[in-house]
Amino acid sequence: MSDASYLSLRKLTLAYGDSVAVPDLDLDIRRGELIALLGPSGCGKTTTMRAIAGLLPVKSGHVRLDGADITRVPANKRAVGLVFQSYALFPHLSVYENVAFGLKLKGMRGAELDAKVQSGLKSVGLSSFANRKPAELSGGQQQRVALARSMVMEPKVLLLDEPLSNLDARLRLEMRTELQRVQKETGVTMIFVTHDQAEALALADRIVVMKSGKIEQIGSPEDIYNRPLSSFVADFVGFENIFPLVEGKLKTSGGLVDLSSQAPSAAGLAWRPRMVTLGTGPFRGTVRGTSFAGDSREYLLDTSMGPIKAEVEASLPAHAMGSDVSFNLPAEKAAPLSRFA
Amino acid sequence: MTIRSLFIPLILFLVITFLIGPFLIIVAASFSAGETLAFPPQGFSLRWIGKVFTVESFRASFGMSLFLAVGGTAAALVLGIPASYALSRYKLPGAEIVRTIVSAPIIVPGIIVGLALLRYIVVPFQVGITPALFLAHTALVLPYAVRVVSASLDNLRSDIEEAAVLLGSSRLGAFFRVVMPNIRGGILSAFILGFVTSFNQVPVSLFLSGPGVRTLPVDMIAYMEIVFDPSVAALSSLLAFLSIGIVFLAERFLGFSRYV
Ligand SMILES: Nc1ncnc2c1ncn2[C@@H]1O[C@H](COP(=O)(O)OP(=O)(O)OP(=O)(O)O)[C@@H](O)[C@H]1O
Ligand SMILES: [Mg+2]
Repeated sequence: MSDASYLSLRKLTLAYGDSVAVPDLDLDIRRGELIALLGPSGCGKTTTMRAIAGLLPVKSGHVRLDGADITRVPANKRAVGLVFQSYALFPHLSVYENVAFGLKLKGMRGAELDAKVQSGLKSVGLSSFANRKPAELSGGQQQRVALARSMVMEPKVLLLDEPLSNLDARLRLEMRTELQRVQKETGVTMIFVTHDQAEALALADRIVVMKSGKIEQIGSPEDIYNRPLSSFVADFVGFENIFPLVEGKLKTSGGLVDLSSQAPSAAGLAWRPRMVTLGTGPFRGTVRGTSFAGDSREYLLDTSMGPIKAEVEASLPAHAMGSDVSFNLPAEKAAPLSRFA
Repeated sequence: MTIRSLFIPLILFLVITFLIGPFLIIVAASFSAGETLAFPPQGFSLRWIGKVFTVESFRASFGMSLFLAVGGTAAALVLGIPASYALSRYKLPGAEIVRTIVSAPIIVPGIIVGLALLRYIVVPFQVGITPALFLAHTALVLPYAVRVVSASLDNLRSDIEEAAVLLGSSRLGAFFRVVMPNIRGGILSAFILGFVTSFNQVPVSLFLSGPGVRTLPVDMIAYMEIVFDPSVAALSSLLAFLSIGIVFLAERFLGFSRYV
């Protein structure tokens, strides 16, 4: 086993009955990595996680973990932890008993068990809640119990399915930091699912972007954010001006457009609103919408290329609704896309 | 006073008269000092209440009814809990058909269930009276067991079983460790409902009872055909208060009405 493929999925095909949800997935994850699985609803994130955990039978392909093929190993023998979106705490057991559940099944008893449970509770800051029932805890506290319950098992891989999506904004940020800390402290290999690109960018060592059961792109947060490879990923991470490229020209709703500078050879180009320059440039458009966003001001322009979104510093003079402005799409700033879907 | 405003009190009056009235009459008759079952009661005494405990056949048939209610309900739960679990957790082909068949005894009149059991099971297979009664009471209680247990399973998220499995439990272990403890209230409620249903059941038992083997209600009917004294009223009152007491305690401690 090389360290680069501590967990590896090989030609993994997953299906519900006859409908294939994930076809031929290949993925390698390093030991100790924190991976974010990012993608729109229904793209197969949960399906993939359930297959890794052993809750969903694999149609074809292999799952390898720590050098062993676990494709046919039952879920209770895999040493894979899963934190559910709904937390799935046992309602009839106290916080303490919830955390002790798996350890007891391993045969741990007495002082050893107690020490382990106490340290699990301490690591998520819930020592004083040991005797509460799950129903007597807030969402964030329940989430932490679920995390501790999985972590004390020392899983080889910990999966988290949208762990933060039931929490309010402030708690999300708090739990985000918490997750990162727990991961760094224990070095556990972690995969978490999210809809939220900001969460993925902030937390992950690498991000896996999925679309309709397939991997669109794998890369560091910087890669994904700055160098999306496809129009889908570009759109997902906030590039709002995306065009296919034909023979060095932009293909727009108003026909082929020459850029002011040499376009790279790519299938398409994408600009964030911030990359568009306003006030100078070879193109013209009419301001159709404007909104103030504190540090910056956003404009929606009506142009012969179709709608263009631009964002400029708020300190620059504002352009009124309906006024004509010139703008530029600088080719050297654009993200070159190798795939256009 | 309009006709409209009289209407509701009138309905209420009729309901009370026809529902509670007979019950009150029976209770009053139980304390009669007279020799025959009559209303209004003649005088007041506890002699008929006392007599109930001395009638040998009542004691035997009470034992039988108790055995059927406890045993039949237990058997129905042993069958009904796994059935409910399978129905609620797995998308089985024909699940709806199974549900319908299982609840048939609620809808089909008891007379027909009794006759069908007698004609197609008891007679052809030479089933003894006690096993036949046991079988019948199990079948009668099963729909209630499935219904009540299903209701509490539906309130329980199924991901806790998966969580238990990922923490090292087997599927079966997860059922006993995290499902059963969380539907305990539903199971107890099903038991009480089944017990009361079985204990008060007449038509099916009527068909299946035989020489020397009777349930208490059937025995009471037989007794009344021969002796027309207030002891049957006394026994009825005792049973009614027993049922009310059980349901009251169940409601008090289990929130019984949540499941029914
Ligand atoms: N139990 C199921 N039976 C049949 N099809 C299913 C089932 N669960 C999911 N699917 C289908 O499989 C595909 C992938 O679903 P999955 O739940 O993995 O998506 P997801 O990426 O987790 O979405 P979300 O972000 O909404 O949770 C979807 O098309 C979905 O309709
Ligand atoms: Mg999902």
